[in-house]
Amino acid sequence: MTLRQIAPWIAGMIALIALPFVYRDPYHLHILILILIWSFAYTSWSMMGRFGLVSLGHGGFMGVGAYVTALLWNHLGVSPWLGIPVAMTAAAALALIVGYPCFRFRITGHYFVLVTLALSGIVLQVITATRDYTGGSLGYTPDRTKGSHLLALQFDDKVTWYLIALGVWALGLVIWRWVDASMDRYALEAISEDEDAAAAAGVNVTKEKLKITLISALMTAFAGALYCQYQMFISPDTVSGISVSLQMVFAVIVGGLYMSLGPTIGAIITILLAEILRIGFGTRAVGWDNLVYGVLLVLFIIFLPKGILGSLVERLRTQRKS
Amino acid sequence: MLVVEGLVKRFGGFKAVNNVSFKVDQGEILGLIGPNGSGKSTIFNMLSGTFPPTSGSMTFDGAEISGLPPHRIINRGIGRTFQIPRPFHRLTMFENVALAGYFGQCRHSRAKADEAAERALAMVGLPADRSMSVDGLGAAGLKKLELAKALATGPKLLLADESLGGLDDTEMEQAADMLRKIRDELGITIIWVEHIMGVLMRVVDRVMVLDHGEKISEGLPSEVSSDPRVIEVYLGTDADATQAAAAQARRPGAAHA
Repeated sequence: MTLRQIAPWIAGMIALIALPFVYRDPYHLHILILILIWSFAYTSWSMMGRFGLVSLGHGGFMGVGAYVTALLWNHLGVSPWLGIPVAMTAAAALALIVGYPCFRFRITGHYFVLVTLALSGIVLQVITATRDYTGGSLGYTPDRTKGSHLLALQFDDKVTWYLIALGVWALGLVIWRWVDASMDRYALEAISEDEDAAAAAGVNVTKEKLKITLISALMTAFAGALYCQYQMFISPDTVSGISVSLQMVFAVIVGGLYMSLGPTIGAIITILLAEILRIGFGTRAVGWDNLVYGVLLVLFIIFLPKGILGSLVERLRTQRKS
Repeated sequence: MLVVEGLVKRFGGFKAVNNVSFKVDQGEILGLIGPNGSGKSTIFNMLSGTFPPTSGSMTFDGAEISGLPPHRIINRGIGRTFQIPRPFHRLTMFENVALAGYFGQCRHSRAKADEAAERALAMVGLPADRSMSVDGLGAAGLKKLELAKALATGPKLLLADESLGGLDDTEMEQAADMLRKIRDELGITIIWVEHIMGVLMRVVDRVMVLDHGEKISEGLPSEVSSDPRVIEVYLGTDADATQAAAAQARRPGAAHA
């Protein structure tokens, strides 16, 4: 990247870092933190999704990330600093168990979606079935320390969390960029079009798909753990299961699947939508957000398949040309 | 260089390839012909690792290759083109070839992969313009791209699958000369599967004829095209075509046999 290309990113980053020191409304900061954490989760999903590997199992990875971290802390007193890597490893192992047979035996397209859907379901079932440990569908709270505590990764003030979430979000974009610039992107684009032809160009199809799946699962589990540490409350509905997986797909498609900032735009829209419904209609609107997501998803796939950001950029480009 | 022995491929109860044995020597161009469904593409798919043979052995440079996955076979030096070109539309033309260069031979070095791509594109006569999309290419261009992708993987043996379908006469001649040039200049051994017999006969050193999965004839182009079994199964009743092909094969300076 040249300086001219990188300058707007640096300027934007500086503005975002400076924001909480100028503006500290706790509610708005809370919304921003949620947007950043979910943007990172959606970016993680898009790592695979952009190459045609549509997974509905990412709720499972996120759930593993959140629950393993919290369970290790509560039951064994393991600090999240160690618990998060363990949780990420667990999610990676799960990704390997599901991904390897799928890729080795060429389960693609709709069939791959169905297998990953089952993964979401299984993780959800395991969490609810082991309710003596996980709290089941009522949710789970990591034990609190008093005040902010670095070792426990618990912080009282929103500014710290905002900066952590911002860093993680930026890390997601860096990973996107890194994948984008690698030869693996070429291989994955080729695989998404024609696996046989990619193999005939010397690409190890199974290995390439497995690699991006592991990256994606590790990132998603990290997002789950981070969400758990920030909210200090997790339930199967918010970090695991099929609805979370669907929410990822929806947000990314709305934002724009093929652009690094697409998932972020998707997160902004979905979280603002959920908040507006919650504030505007209160408890009467519980579950409405999912209904609205569903309708919007259909409309977007038909009319704006590249998402908001993708369509906007495309329009700007054609205007500049003419 | 390549020794195939007792190759069999069964799909359910159907024997697509039945006990085929042949050899390919370093530096030759072997033509592989036969009517539709005679097993040519099945043999290609086994040689390139798309699926393993039911039984039989394939040794390349002294090592067994049957059962290896496609990318391993390519890394050993067997490149292939597809009957119908299969470009990657989401990549530029240059990226298509650079991908093959990178994963086919020069892993870990992008610069070398780009060099391999430039050489391959120059060889087939396509521009090394990095921004050109594959969507603008016509039938002939796509065939060239397909060939460039295969060459970029750095093959010792090239499996060229019916590379002339859909071309006009001039383009066909040019493409045939291209294969000859690839062999002469790069020293790449070639197995060429083709429907259009006349052009093939002019360029190849030896021909092998398949019918219903079995090898029915093998030899110099002039011998094969006058073999009565070949005339019967491959050319059917069209005796004129046979004679034309035979005449072309005998044309002075055409077949160097």
